[in-house]
Amino acid sequence: MLAFVIRRLGVMLVTALVLTFVVFFLTNLPPNLEKLARSEGSVRMTDAAVASWLEEHGHNGSVFYRYAEWLGAAPGWVITDEKGVTRGKCIGQRDDPAMAPKFCGVFQGNWGVSTVFKKTVLFSLGKSMAATGWLMLAVMLVMVPVALLIGVLAGMREGSRTDRVLSTFSIATSATPEYVSGVILVVLLASPATGLSPLLAEWGWIGSKTLFMGTATSAMDNITFWNFGLPVATIALYGVGYIARMTRASMTEVMTQQYIRTARLKGVGFRQVVLRHALRNAMIAPFTVIMLQFPYLLNGVVIVETLFNYKGFGWMLVTAAGNNDIEMLLGASVVAVIFVLVTQLISDIGYVFLNPRIRLG
Amino acid sequence: MSSLIPESGWADMSEPLSWAAIFGLMAKQFWPVWVALTVTFALSFRFKRSLGLYGKLFDSPVAIVGFALVMFWVFTALFANVIMTFDPLAQLGSVKNPLPGAVVPEGAEGQYKWFLLGGDHLARDVFSRMVMGARQVLIIAPAATTFAFLVGITLGLPAGYIGGRLDTGLSFLANLVLAFPVILLFYLLVTPEIRNTGIPVVLAAVLFLIPIAFFAILFQSRFHTSPNKRNLYVGITLVLGLWAYSGLAFNADPLGVWGMDPNLLNVFVSVVFVNAPTVFRIVRGIVMDIKSRDYVAAGQTRGEKGWYIMLWEILPNARGPLIVDYCLRIGYTTILLGTLGFFGLGVTPESPDWGSTINAGRKLLSMVPHPAVVPALALMSLVLGLNLLADGLREESLKD
Repeated sequence: MLAFVIRRLGVMLVTALVLTFVVFFLTNLPPNLEKLARSEGSVRMTDAAVASWLEEHGHNGSVFYRYAEWLGAAPGWVITDEKGVTRGKCIGQRDDPAMAPKFCGVFQGNWGVSTVFKKTVLFSLGKSMAATGWLMLAVMLVMVPVALLIGVLAGMREGSRTDRVLSTFSIATSATPEYVSGVILVVLLASPATGLSPLLAEWGWIGSKTLFMGTATSAMDNITFWNFGLPVATIALYGVGYIARMTRASMTEVMTQQYIRTARLKGVGFRQVVLRHALRNAMIAPFTVIMLQFPYLLNGVVIVETLFNYKGFGWMLVTAAGNNDIEMLLGASVVAVIFVLVTQLISDIGYVFLNPRIRLG
Repeated sequence: MSSLIPESGWADMSEPLSWAAIFGLMAKQFWPVWVALTVTFALSFRFKRSLGLYGKLFDSPVAIVGFALVMFWVFTALFANVIMTFDPLAQLGSVKNPLPGAVVPEGAEGQYKWFLLGGDHLARDVFSRMVMGARQVLIIAPAATTFAFLVGITLGLPAGYIGGRLDTGLSFLANLVLAFPVILLFYLLVTPEIRNTGIPVVLAAVLFLIPIAFFAILFQSRFHTSPNKRNLYVGITLVLGLWAYSGLAFNADPLGVWGMDPNLLNVFVSVVFVNAPTVFRIVRGIVMDIKSRDYVAAGQTRGEKGWYIMLWEILPNARGPLIVDYCLRIGYTTILLGTLGFFGLGVTPESPDWGSTINAGRKLLSMVPHPAVVPALALMSLVLGLNLLADGLREESLKD
């Protein structure tokens, strides 16, 4: 077990290094750097001015070396210009160049400064990830119980009417991506002109113009059911279908096993069989699916945060990407990649714990 | 439907349409689709016993509904020119967001009289844009999925069959791509800056070569004992393949038949790139399961070569789960393309594809919903159809 975890951690580290290098390479392509120079320096720079700006800011040299610099595995660049002023990656504006550290990269906790948010990357990341954390937590609290319930109810009597109805429902939700369900939910529940809200307002049941709020910006400070309901429902809806279908498949398989029949023949009630005998074995596959669902959740988060204007991780990623904010984008992708890799690891380890038949060599 | 539209009297040219009339007129506009659907279903039901797996589809109600939804959009895409009421790019008048059924301001003689499903913020006809969007989606999504499958199969077969170092290496690469959050990858790969560096062309050059290799090896391994046939089939593959290759990957087709807009190439390559590793993993898993079967052992004892066993013994027996996944994956690709459009990546602003229309419509969503809701429902119904079809196929293929 320990050897397995260590080997997996090693592979994970290599994967993370390769992926961050790919992101570094793609964000530091010459056209992107040129755009950066023009947005940070001046828009009307000549090509020669752009080249010298890039050189002065340490963007020259091989991409491998710059990547090592960014990581903090190679000494940061130091340049002394004609006026005798020494500047460098690790030298702050008021610092003494002689006192500055040689290495300053991700390993040393220096993730750079965001050009859009004008704050350090770590600060912006922390803030936005906290916001997204609440969103993901709420989604998980809604999505997992609902999906498991639907899956178990549908799978315990295969082919029954309940099964048909619930299966069709799960297929329908997994055919509705977030940008579709979000739009439909807003039109139905959060529009003063269409859907339920005008009716409810007319009857005097709600004080405001709309039942739910169409944006979640206010949830940044104060989460309420009315401003958080729609974003959570939008993400959860897409995931529910998939997890429910996997649970159903696993449940139907367990229900055909010999030991279930034996229990039934011994006279154990159906409810007891489902709850005591079937449920635990049927939960193994859905656990993996739920863990592997996290990366897709990240997708949903980006879409929903854009749609509902909730300033979390996804919104930040889109803003950084749209504004060529290279260091912010790099930081965000490090977080995203590690997040995906850790969930994969947890799903593998959890699988072994839940299913004693599997041995890891 | 026809009873909803009185033969005369309703056509008061200056009045907005009622909802009943809107649906009536839309149903009328879709007439080529109804004809084609009727013919398809009549023929399929008539000959369903002699059509193999396709015929068996018509035993399952779920599959019939799914197939009908999918074919509805396929025929809509085919007959888009007849169905649409306006040029999807034309701006009709100066009123923003005209409501469904609103009258089109006076224009050219003989043009359609109403906005069937309203207009968008530039007063373009939502109905026509939805119809034309179907064509865009249904050209790219199946093509990209097919490419992803060919790439996934070509790499997954040897990874599962041979195993060892090859498997470790390819699986590591596949996991690398899979560990990338899709949206981040799109934001990095589908930008005008990337297009200038030529990375999409390099990716296309590698990815598009694999299908040619697939078919060449397919025929080589089957017919290498009869050189005449082999030369014919492999020759045709190479000539056609490399011809298309020169046009699609490098936009350098000497005859100018094959070609792809650089924007589109960028989107296409990225979607294939995202989908191929998942297909690879599925194929690899199936192959590892099948390769311990007796007929594979029999082939090996006969002295068949590896590629023959992979392509002509294992692959045909893996077709069931692959066909099901193919249906699901077209739906998933449709969703991905919609996501790209939603973020405005790799599409021209006036493009009528569903993702970007939803994106354009969502800004005024709470006041005028129709420009976003119409393409949203269209996309949902297509993906739902594909999912139902896949579900039905799975059930029917398990019955054997």
